[in-house]
Amino acid sequence: MEHPYLLLTSLFGMLGMEEWAAAHPHVTYMWLAMIILIFFGWIAGKSVSMVPKTAQNVFEVLISGLEEFMVTVTGDEGRKSYPLVLTIFLFVLLGNLMGLVPAFFPPTANINTTLALALIAVLWSHVVGVQRHGIKYIKHFLGPVPAMIPLFFPIEVIGHTARVLSLTFRLFGNMAGHELVVGILLGLGGMFLAPLPVMALGAFVALVQAFVFFLLSTMYIAGAIEESH
Amino acid sequence: MEFLVGSVWAAGLAIGIAAFGCGIGQGLGLAGAMSGISRNPEAAGKIQVNMLIGLAMIESLCIYALVVSLILMYAHPALKGAIAAAAGH
Repeated sequence: MEHPYLLLTSLFGMLGMEEWAAAHPHVTYMWLAMIILIFFGWIAGKSVSMVPKTAQNVFEVLISGLEEFMVTVTGDEGRKSYPLVLTIFLFVLLGNLMGLVPAFFPPTANINTTLALALIAVLWSHVVGVQRHGIKYIKHFLGPVPAMIPLFFPIEVIGHTARVLSLTFRLFGNMAGHELVVGILLGLGGMFLAPLPVMALGAFVALVQAFVFFLLSTMYIAGAIEESH
Repeated sequence: MEFLVGSVWAAGLAIGIAAFGCGIGQGLGLAGAMSGISRNPEAAGKIQVNMLIGLAMIESLCIYALVVSLILMYAHPALKGAIAAAAGH
């Protein structure tokens, strides 16, 4: 869906990079999301005190709540993967919510962004598995019975590859579909408020999809940590 | 021209069939969650969270079909040639 007007594209146009920015809105808006996340992280971490105030309070509730949740899924060993998974969650959430602001483009509505996130999440789960089990991690791919290795190995490899595919397309499809529906309703309805119900649904979908991405990466890490049987 | 007609038909059918199956699946999940909540109202919060995650997973199947139909309509490799051929007539 082509956007009629994008704020950052015209900002980059002032610097003489109009053509490049128009072709890569997901890159420029990803930079914006990174700037916002780094800024709020800096705000929250700047004055850490025992009695939390405003920004620190919000971040503490979010971070400790999600950490509790992750530890219940992965066990205590998953705690060191938490910063990565939380960063993915916050980035995806912010990227999804950007779609609701006029003149903004959600970076997660581009397949390149979601593919990068999914590759990082899945590859990190394998890194965790290799760190935890060493060479024995290969047993996760070999199935329960040695005689059935030729059958199980391709299936497991395809299954692990499909994880990247499903993470990518779930997030991309949801956000691109949302953009498309808003655009079509605006074009067909003609009224300014016509896409409003869909945008309300979009705020909900943004949160749910960010959480699903977080939960699935957590579960992949949990699957890599547990013993093969 | 036949290519364009075919791909639009396929896109519409794909999303229709996917929404049909997804509707049945989500309805079954929702029915289970609702009867669980009505039996044990205290567990409503936990059931709701799990139900939402499950519904999002089921919905992603429909989203795959949406992606396929978007590809068929906007990003099919042979689409450009077909449009050029149709415009040439």
